[in-house]
Order: sequence, then C-alpha cells, then structure tokens
Amino acid sequence: MNVILAVLTRELRLALRSRMDWLLPLLFFVMVVMLFGLGARPNDPVLAGFAPSILWVGALLSMLLTLDRLFRADYEDGTLEQLCLAEAPLTLTVAAKLTAHWLLTGLPLVLLAAPLAVALQLPAAGQPALVLGLALGTPVLSFVGGFAAALTVALPRAGLLLPLLVLPLLAPVLIFGAGAVRAALGGLDAAAPLYFLAAVLVLCITLVPWAAAAALRNAFE
Amino acid sequence: MPPPSLQLEIRDLAVRRGPRLLFEGLGFALSGGEILHLQGANGAGKTSLLETLAGLRRPAAGQVLGLPEEGGLHWLGHRNGLNLNLSVLENLEFWCGLNGAGAAACQPALERVGIWKLRHRLVRTLSAGQKRRAALARLLAQRRPLWLLDEPLDGLDRQGLELFAQLLAEHAAGGGGALVTSHQPLPAGLAGVRILVLNP
Repeated sequence: MNVILAVLTRELRLALRSRMDWLLPLLFFVMVVMLFGLGARPNDPVLAGFAPSILWVGALLSMLLTLDRLFRADYEDGTLEQLCLAEAPLTLTVAAKLTAHWLLTGLPLVLLAAPLAVALQLPAAGQPALVLGLALGTPVLSFVGGFAAALTVALPRAGLLLPLLVLPLLAPVLIFGAGAVRAALGGLDAAAPLYFLAAVLVLCITLVPWAAAAALRNAFE
Repeated sequence: MPPPSLQLEIRDLAVRRGPRLLFEGLGFALSGGEILHLQGANGAGKTSLLETLAGLRRPAAGQVLGLPEEGGLHWLGHRNGLNLNLSVLENLEFWCGLNGAGAAACQPALERVGIWKLRHRLVRTLSAGQKRRAALARLLAQRRPLWLLDEPLDGLDRQGLELFAQLLAEHAAGGGGALVTSHQPLPAGLAGVRILVLNP
C-alpha cells in the first residue's frame, strides 16, 4: 500500500508542476467536441445521433496524446532503472502509475462528458449510460495504452507508432461504449454493453500490469 | 549494522548488445571489502557488464553466482535516476518509499553528501555535480552489500571526489563490494582496489 501511495503522490505532484501537460488534452477534448457542434447545422437532430461516437472518439484521441509521456520521462532520466531494481514489485509500481494516469486524464474526461453531451444535444436518457460507459472505458484506455507505451518506451519515434498499436485494440471499447448510449437512447437495456466494458476493465487490471512490467524490463535489452 | 558478506563470482560471461557480441568468456570474483575498477575503451562493454550484473540485461552466456537477493544491490547508472521536476528530497523520499527505507533515512544521507540545504530545490535547478551527489545519497539511504556504479565521478568537483572516496572506503570497510566504471583513476588512497580492463 505504501508503494501505491508513494507512486500516486509522486505522479500527482508532478502533474501539479506540469499542469499544461494534463490540461491540454482536456482542452483538446473540449475543442474537438465543440468543433463538431459548430460544424453542424443549428439544432440539427442528426448531431445527437452521432454524439456518443463523437464523445468516445474525442476521449480516446485525447488520452492518446498523453500516453507517450507515461514511461518515457522515467526511461530518459534513469528512474525506470531504479523502478526495475527496487524492492517494490514493478507490477505494483506500474499498476499505480496507470491508476494515476487515469485519475489525471480519464476521470476529468468522464466529468466533462455530461456537459459536453448537453452541448451536442444528447437526450438526457443517454447521459447516464455515456458517463458510466466512460467511467468503465477510460481506465481500459489507460491500461491498454500504458501497455503500448511500455512496449515502445525505448523506441525513438514511438509517438507515431502508439496510435497504430492502441487504436485497433480499443475498437471494441469504443463500439460497446457508444453502443450502450445508443441502446439507452433507443429505450433498450444498456446493461449488456456496460457489463462487457466492466469485464474488459477487470481483465485489464488483472493482466496489463504484468505485461507492461515485462515490456519495461525488456526496454534495456 | 554491516551489510551481509559478499561473494560474487562471474564465470564465462558473454554479453550482447543487439547483434553485437561485446565480450565472452569473462570471469572474475568480487568479495566483500573489495572494489573493482572496470576500465576499457568506449564500447568495450563496461556499462553492459554492470547492467547484466544488476539484472537489467540478460547475459548471452555464462553464470553470475553470489548476487545479493532482490534489493541487495545499489545501481547508479549514467543517468542519475532523478526526476527533474521533483526536489532532491522528494526524489529520495520516493526511492525510499519503493525500497522500504524509512523517510527518516533521507536527512542523514543528504547531509552526508553535502546537499541537505538544497533538499527543497528542484533537481532541474542543480548543477551536474549536485545532481550526482543527490544520486549518491541513495547509496547511503539504505545499506546494501553490492554497489554497481557507472561513471560515478562524472560532474563531481574535488570535494565531491574526496567525498566519493570516503563513501567507497567506508562501504568496503563495512564488508561491502563495489564495481565501478570510470575513465578517470579512482581517487587516491582507496585500499582494496583491483583493476579489470575490458578490451573490445
């Protein structure tokens, strides 16, 4: 528990000192969503139909912007070597870092989603499924994206490679997340796609820290 | 409390970096109280040897016997392992948190390396030598029998070199061992120093 607290404290402290690093992706999310709104005709009912996809794709792209930094700074300044050799299991350290990443990027997106959904004229019936879906889906983005960031940490141009690795893996999350909102809007039960997202999240929390830790150890080979 | 005794033995070690074989058939031993100064030209494999002993890199062949258990060695690489946007104290406290060393260990360690008064300064504002001292403080925050130090003298001024020599001497006197790569000669007056030259 001390290890998790130590990592969370460090990551939150660093985020406070580099606010723009974490605020810019949020601004990007807001801008993307608002541009869709501005590009549509006023009071166009079609916009509401696309709102779930717009919000999910915006969230996904916004989180992608932050992934490259997840382990790179630690790799470049030598901290990653210390993390690999520390008494604390690297798996636990990685899990804590991914959790911190979600707290700093995913959670604000979840909180922003409801007001932005209103801006896109998404009916109130779809908003709980949207927020719940993002609350379950954005941690998956952090964990899967974190694994890809760990795989590419030692590569010089990982910024270009990361989206190509991550986006296909996250397609199911996008499909079921937006699908839950559409189901709720259609008067259907949104529970099934949300359960699917929850299952994927449990799988990610269980497996990704081990896989990412192994990928990080491989970065020195 | 002295660190547990060290009996490190390397047999027929071969290390690769990518497709390139850096060296093979390397064998040597290191006991507690000894300091091994690794020398060699650039690219000879000094850093890779230390990385292999630390467990950061897998050997291509050979055996490493007698390595301390997990958490039993200190690693100081080319890079200091300090986040530039954290203060000296925050960096060391984080390291202590990951290694089960109490935060109380930070003050004596930073005082010993002479940067306690800089503890609240962000690392990015320190000179290269001060950053190196901050990295050296980890060696003192928790006693470990084996030190693997890659170019530890980089950036240190004369007082820093003297301090490093004292730390190394105290470590060896306490039964610890150290492998040190350096293109410079180690500070004079250190007892128990052996030299190992790696040729590419």
